[in-house]
Amino acid sequence: MVDPRALYQEVILDHNKKPRNYGVLEDANRKAEGHNPVCGDHITVYLHVEGGQVQGVSFEGHSCAICKASASMMTTQVKGKSVAEAETLVQEFRDMITGKLDIGNQPHHLGRLTVFSGVRELPSRVKCAVLPWHTLHAAFAAQESVSTEKEF
Amino acid sequence: MSNAPLMKSEKDVSGGLDVARVRADFPILQRSVHDRPLVYLDNAASSQMPRQVIDRLVYYQTHEHANVHRGVHTLSQLASTAFEDARRTAQRFLGAREEREIVFVRGATEAINLVMNSYGRAFIKEGDEIILSAMEHHANIVPWQMLCQEKGARLRVIPMDDAGELLLDEYEKLFNARTRFVALSHVSNALGTVNPVREMVATAHAHGVPVLLDGAQAAPHIPVDVQALDCDFYVFSGHKLCGPTGAGVLYGKADLLERMPPWQGGGDMILNVTFERTTYNELPYKFEAGTPAIAPVIGLGAAIDYLTGIGLERIAAHEHALLAYATEAVRDIEGLRIIGTARHKAAVLSFTLGDIHPHDIGTILDQQGIAVRAGHHCAQPVMQRFGVPATARASFAFYNTFEEIDALVKGIHEVRKVFA
Repeated sequence: MVDPRALYQEVILDHNKKPRNYGVLEDANRKAEGHNPVCGDHITVYLHVEGGQVQGVSFEGHSCAICKASASMMTTQVKGKSVAEAETLVQEFRDMITGKLDIGNQPHHLGRLTVFSGVRELPSRVKCAVLPWHTLHAAFAAQESVSTEKEF
Repeated sequence: MSNAPLMKSEKDVSGGLDVARVRADFPILQRSVHDRPLVYLDNAASSQMPRQVIDRLVYYQTHEHANVHRGVHTLSQLASTAFEDARRTAQRFLGAREEREIVFVRGATEAINLVMNSYGRAFIKEGDEIILSAMEHHANIVPWQMLCQEKGARLRVIPMDDAGELLLDEYEKLFNARTRFVALSHVSNALGTVNPVREMVATAHAHGVPVLLDGAQAAPHIPVDVQALDCDFYVFSGHKLCGPTGAGVLYGKADLLERMPPWQGGGDMILNVTFERTTYNELPYKFEAGTPAIAPVIGLGAAIDYLTGIGLERIAAHEHALLAYATEAVRDIEGLRIIGTARHKAAVLSFTLGDIHPHDIGTILDQQGIAVRAGHHCAQPVMQRFGVPATARASFAFYNTFEEIDALVKGIHEVRKVFA
């Protein structure tokens, strides 16, 4: 048996239980909705972007633990960063989860987000972890809605 | 569910079924997953295949394969005979009056689409109404919705109560002069409810309305007799009853099938073709255009032989005992809510666990070698009715054991521990 804690690490469980930056962002000037029709994960990401900087970010919705923890940790990581830096994280997170980025041997800026690297072993859960990031990306581009269904 | 907890000594042979012997027929049940013995509890999605069916497929491809209904050569005749034998096997399995009432299709979904495209397009018009139930699989909703959009017809939905039982009084009230069709699941895939379809067919017939029964979850688990049910159409998929994917059955009453136009054109469904006109073939070939899924159909026949060899009554009895045991075993798990508590249920245990998302339940159970389904089970209206985004679902087959249910219960406790 695989130890479930290999994937469901303490930090992921903690963010699932006590999600950071959860709820509507009052002064948001961008938002996007993300939906994974297969499992029903459904989140909204709110952004306050000014002068190319992420001044504020929050999320809310219904989702599994992987998705919720990913969204929560994402908000703590991108807050205060420039849009360009945040977009780099989106790309690196996506590459880590889909196995294109070898976090041990290639440079990246993911930091604590590498706790999600185990998800790449579980193809059925990749979409759960990536959904918040796709949604963030869509919010930057101010697209109305995003679905991870067609992304892979 | 009034059964007292079963004693260990009663566990091994339940309902007169020697489960250990049956399990030996299924090579895949010997494998492990994540270094644990596989506990396969996703039978409502697709069941496993016994050696007898695998061997039949291998024999067919090794010794008998050619196209059917065409050649005069030996192999074509062998393939055609095996293919038509499977039709007679399916006919006996469903208790159909005639062989030509059995149409081979890809599965239940295609069967429903065939009826929608052929019967529906020919006989359902603007302003007409189609009755469905609140517990239908998407396969028995979307095709009718497409028809309604095309024709300007309307869907009416039979509601259900909190246990997952259809409200029969409400069903009767839905009938009016515009009602043209009823499409209804025999057994619900998401809830396990066994609907009182015989009475419901009689109600529809009293109003002169034909009924299609979706038997995808019923045919593998309980004896079905289409003449006793008196349904007009009955559909099921082979891969849910130990057969290969790609073959299923549409049963239709001959007089209805006769009146229906073909839905696909091509070879095999014709008697004579000129560029001016085509004369269609007789039943059932009118509905079987092109080269069919020959091997899967022959495998389906072998699967039916295997199941009837064990006996559907015995299968139903063992699965009922499994469900009763599982229902009792999960009762005390804190936060566990069973979705679907109808009085008559097939061996489906759909549940939620506190606020733990079913996908997390599914992943953690999988890490212990336990396969369950997590999601909306292609029945989103059912999820909405019960106010949940998804459920975890353990669905049992006759080859499952009480020990496997013990493993499931242990696994669910493990899930709770991770999220404690």
